[in-house]
Formats: sequence, C-alpha cells, structure tokens
Amino acid sequence: MAHALGPPVVVLRDVAKSFGAAAVLQGVSLTVHGGETVCIIGPSGSGKSTLLRCINGLVPVSGGSITVAGREVNDPALDRVALRRDVGIVFQQYNLFPHRTALQNVMMAPVHVLKQDRAEVERRARALLAKVRLADHGDKYPGELSGGQQQRVAIARALAMAPKVMLFDEVTAALDPETKKEVLVTIQELAGEGMTCILVTHEMGFARRVADRVYFTDGGVIVEDGPPSELLEAPREARTRDFLDKVL
Amino acid sequence: MPAFVVRFFTWLNDAYGLNFSVFTDAYDGQRFLLGLWTTIELSVVCIVFSVLLGMAGAWLIGGPSRLGRAVARVYVQAFRNTPPLVQLAFFYFAIGGLLPQIGDGAGGREPIVSGFGWAVISFSLLAGAFNVEIFRAGIEAVPGEMVEAAESLGYGRFQLYRYVLAPLALRICMPALTNNLVNLVKTTTLAYAIAVPELLYATSQIWSEVLNVREMMYVLLAVYIALVAVLVWLMERWERALRLPGFVA
Amino acid sequence: MTDLPVLYPPRPVVARTATSWPWLLAAALALLATAAWGQGGARQTTILEALLRWGPLIFGGFLFNVVTSVLSMALGTALGAPLGLMLIARRRLPRGVGWSLTQFFRNAPWLVLLFYVMFLLPFELHIGGVTIPLPDWAKAVLGLSLPVAANVAEIVRGGLQSIPEAQWSAAEGLAFGPFQTIRLVILPQALRRMLPPWMNLYAILTMATTLISIVGIQDGLTITRAAIAAEARPDLMLPLYLYLLLLFFAYCYPIALITQALERRLVVRG
Repeated sequence: MAHALGPPVVVLRDVAKSFGAAAVLQGVSLTVHGGETVCIIGPSGSGKSTLLRCINGLVPVSGGSITVAGREVNDPALDRVALRRDVGIVFQQYNLFPHRTALQNVMMAPVHVLKQDRAEVERRARALLAKVRLADHGDKYPGELSGGQQQRVAIARALAMAPKVMLFDEVTAALDPETKKEVLVTIQELAGEGMTCILVTHEMGFARRVADRVYFTDGGVIVEDGPPSELLEAPREARTRDFLDKVL
Repeated sequence: MPAFVVRFFTWLNDAYGLNFSVFTDAYDGQRFLLGLWTTIELSVVCIVFSVLLGMAGAWLIGGPSRLGRAVARVYVQAFRNTPPLVQLAFFYFAIGGLLPQIGDGAGGREPIVSGFGWAVISFSLLAGAFNVEIFRAGIEAVPGEMVEAAESLGYGRFQLYRYVLAPLALRICMPALTNNLVNLVKTTTLAYAIAVPELLYATSQIWSEVLNVREMMYVLLAVYIALVAVLVWLMERWERALRLPGFVA
Repeated sequence: MTDLPVLYPPRPVVARTATSWPWLLAAALALLATAAWGQGGARQTTILEALLRWGPLIFGGFLFNVVTSVLSMALGTALGAPLGLMLIARRRLPRGVGWSLTQFFRNAPWLVLLFYVMFLLPFELHIGGVTIPLPDWAKAVLGLSLPVAANVAEIVRGGLQSIPEAQWSAAEGLAFGPFQTIRLVILPQALRRMLPPWMNLYAILTMATTLISIVGIQDGLTITRAAIAAEARPDLMLPLYLYLLLLFFAYCYPIALITQALERRLVVRG
C-alpha cells in the first residue's frame, strides 16, 4: 500500500494460549503499525482465530503480552469497554442480532455502550451503511439479507465504534464466490483509507493485492512473515511452501 | 345475564331437572363471577411474579457469584421436588402462624398476610422455580457467537442480558413458558384448601347450597378449559408478534 | 435467505445434575435442628420428642401417598397408552376423539377432576348382579389417573412420532408386518425416549397425591395437620411441615436426578 505506516498499534510478545492440555498458541510475536494491512494465513487449527480473539480480549492469554493502542490487554484492571472501542472485530458467522434491523444493529453499541447521542449515532450509522453500499437496506432484518449483505452490515457495525484496529476472522469463508467479492472490495476500500487491518483469511489473491505484510502460522507459532510478494511467491521455509502448494 | 339465557336454563330445569343455577339465580351467578374474577386476579399476579422470579433466578444461576448460584439452585430444587399443596399449607399455616396479627379496623384481629396473599407467594415461588429452569435453557440455547459479538462490541453482562440474551431466549423458550403458565392457572385451584374465594371455592359453596353438583361440575370444567384456551391464545399471539422475519424452523 | 444460527433448533439442553443436594441436606437439617432446639424452656414435651412421636405416623401417611401414586400411575398408563395410539391413528375419527379427550383431561385442573370423580361416582358399582364397593381412596386413585392418562397419551405420541419415518420404511422393506414392526423395531426405541418424561410425570403425580387430603382422605398431609391439632402447639407447625416436605423431597429428588441422567444418556446415543 502506498501510504506511510504509523507507530505500532498492536504489539504481541511471546503470546501463549492453552486450553487445558492443548497448546494452541506457543510464543507468537508480531507488530502491526498504524495503517498497515496484515494477513495471517495458515492451516486450520493453527491458532489463527484464537489469536484474533486474544487481541480483543475475548480469550485471555496464558502467557506473554498483548498491547493494543497503548493498552495492555492482559492487565486485569483493563477497561474492557475502552479496549473494545479501539478494536473492532468481524466474525466468520456474521453474528448480527436477528431481533434488530440492520440499522439498529449498527446503532446499538454506540448508543448502549458508549452512551452517545441517538440522533448523532443514527446519522453516522446511515453514513456507514451507505459506505458499505447498503443504504436502502437499513430497515431490513438480518434474516432478510443475503450472507454478503449481512457481512457488510457486520463491518459497518464494527466501524460504528470508531475503532483504531479492525480484525477480520475468515469473513468470506462462509460466502459463495459472487458475494465474497463485494465484501473483499469493502475491506480493500477500508484498508485504502488507512485503517489498520488484521485479517485471518484464505484469500491469497486478496492478500497479494492488499496486504502490506503476510504472516504464516502453523502449530501455534509464526513460521514466516514478509511482504506478500516475497512470502507468497518465494517462501523461505519448507512448511510455508507445502501449505502454499496445497492451497494455490 | 341476558333474558334468553335465563329462560333457556329455567326451561332446562323444569323439563329435565338440570339446575344450572348460576344462569338462573342472580346471587349464584354473582358468586360464580366473583370466584372467576378472583381466579383471574390470582393467575395474573402469580404469572407476573413468577416470571420476575424466573429471570432473577436465571441471572443468578449464570452469574459469577458462587453463593448466588447455590441459592438459586437450592430454590429451584426445593420447589420442584415438594408437593405444591404442602408448600401452600407450610406458608399459610406454619409461617403465617408465626407472623403477628394486626387490627382489622373493626376491633378484631386478622393475620398480616391474607389467604390470597399466601397463595400468591406460594404459587409464584413454585412457578418461578420452574421458570428459572426454562429461562436458563433458553439462554443456553442462544448461539455463543451472538454472545461473542455482543462482548466484542463492549457489552457488559447486564446489557448483554437485556439487549441480546433476554429477547432471543424468550423467543426460544416460549412453548415451555406457555406450558408452565397454563399449569399455574390450574394450580390456583389449590387455594381452595385455604379458603381463598377463587372459582372452585365459590362453586363448591353454590353446589353445597343448591345441591347441583353435577351441573356445576360441568360449568366449572368448561370455564377452566376456556380460561386455559384464552391464555394459550394470548401466548400464541405474543409468539407470533415476536416472530423474526427470515425465520427458518 | 441464509439460516441465522439463532434459529437452529435449541440444543437439547439438559439441566445439569444439581450438585446442590449437599446444600439442601444441610439447609434441611439446619432448619429442623433450629426448629427442634430453638424452643427451650419448661415444656411438657420438646419439639424433638413430638417429632419422634408423630414422625412414624406421618411417614405412614406418606407411604399411603406413595401407594396411591403407584396405583394411579399404573391405571393412568394403562388408560393412556391406547389413548396415545389413537392420537397417531391414520383415520380422522379415532384421532379426533383422542385429541378431544387428551385436551380435555390435560387442560382441566387436577383438583377439579378429583372433585368430579369423588362426587359423581357412586359409592358402589352394580355390574351384572355383582356389587363392587368403591371406597373413597379407590375413587381418588381413579380421579388422579385421568390427567395422568392424558399426559401419558402425549408422551406416547411424542415418543412414537420421534422415531424417524425411515425406521418404518426400513422395517417394511425387511418384510416386517405392522405389529412386528411396532414390537421389534419401533417400540424398543420409542420406549427409551418415553422413559424420562414418564418418570417426570410420576414425580409430579406423587406430589399431586396430597390433593386427596382436600377430599377427605387420610394421607400424609392430613396426619401432619392432625398431629399439629392434637398437640395444640403452634410452634410445632414449622418442624412438622418441614418433615413432610423433606419426606417428599427425599423421594422425588432422586427420581428427578435419575430422569436427568437418563435424558443425558439418550442425547449422547442419539
């Protein structure tokens, strides 16, 4: 990407996570700078989703440290609301609230959690829906929207909190190819505007076009990382090569 | 009472000896309606309290406090595994007997909580215990991803329950809740045992005076079935109103 | 349209075995103890002595409740099973009749049905020259068995309908006749699924047997109240009622636990 990168926004140092006896993350360190777009690729079960959930505090870490926008995530005195305001996340299963309309979904958190003025939030929410090209669908319920539309509403909902970092957890995996594109385009525009993005994805083409840096994880560790042109075309590690051979 | 109804039942009595006195006799009719009203009052109040108790219990059971969880669990198991009638007698006689009496304004003394009051307390606690289980099951059936999404947006536990879990869990547990509320209406008949002037009690007074047990029985059964039908209809309307577009069973 | 995850059928959530029974036992014993020793002073008999005197009698009454529940359950199941079969009949007439009867006896309050039977059944039956006396408790057993039958019918219907259609077709394909199919293929599976709700119904019935005290039959509750009246001491009410409640709890709670364990096993096996 052409724009200059800012100071580090997300810093992981030796992050470890075990669920009981199963060690899912075993010493992951990475740094994401402001405005950077990072893609994390790797086989299933390599801990990618867990990593994202550790970054926004959904899953507590067993070891190491995570700093997001100057806040230490595993600090027990952490202000969770402040953290979740800074980190937006979009899941694979869109997780929109089915009992609220698309517009209400986008408006809910800023009104309930941030206690912002309702009229102002509505204005911003409509602008966000327009940004993801769903301006006319604000009054529809999630059950009336297609998968791709729901995913874009989910992106708008996360953006409504004005986060500093956006996390995407395999957001196109459950979509069919036509709708995948509309979501990826939205994310690409977001990255182009300077949002710091961390994506867990299988979309290698997207990674090649949009990412500043790609990380390959396997078995709970980062095996290799580098600019997409290097890692995807000429990986250094054998494991990376094996994986890319399988998927590309 | 419309005149043609009175005429019909008077004829029925003269021709066949079937004495539906609630339709022919104004006093009996009034007593019956008063009993019906008391039953409806009792049912509505108990429904409200039992739902509140159920929500409180479900909140405690899913909460971080070990004491809270234990209290809720003991409450649920105690009321679900003991006879409702003995619970009622326990409240009215044992606990009621321990409470002080106050003046009734006419020189006499009366208990501080009336029979109706104890019936409300006893039945609400009973139905509340069942509701705790129902709500808990409903909350657990809400997909975890929805909870994750809400938490990621910064929702705390109370807001999570209020804006996400409660609305969705309610839709999920409607059938079980309807069933429980129907049982509650049927349970109000137990208040007969402590002389609360609900429908069964009023009817028994009528039939013991007029000696028309058979006829009053049929009226009584018909009215209760109608009451239950009305409640079920109301719940189904509510369920329909809550239905979410795009619902695929 | 996409399937929203919230609309998947609710996961078969079975209440976890409440590990609260130690708490309950402790609470019960504590209450009983405070009731027993809370009252001091110069009394003719202490509460503990009164408990020891009346306890066995109340227990005897409780046993009568249990016997009533067993008889009612047996009669109710015998009546309810064929009613349940009527509910899944192919022809509309038996299905309609079955549905009406089931709805009627399920929606009527148990106490009203009990009154109905007590008042309106004669005290003896004359069948073909033979006179069968119908004592009150027999009428009560019959009265309680009516709602039981309606609920058993629903359980039977639910159990049979939960067997996938494929089982019937498979049996047909293997040249089983209809009765053979039911006996060898459907029934064993259906019975397993019917067992937990049936046991749950039994527990409810056992607790409902106390209703017979309202219609003048001696049971555990009547004896408890008689004991309180005989001693003419209001401070006996708390411990004696608690004693009766504990008796029922000690009987019904294990049933509930077994029912939950059975349900869990069924869910796992599928």
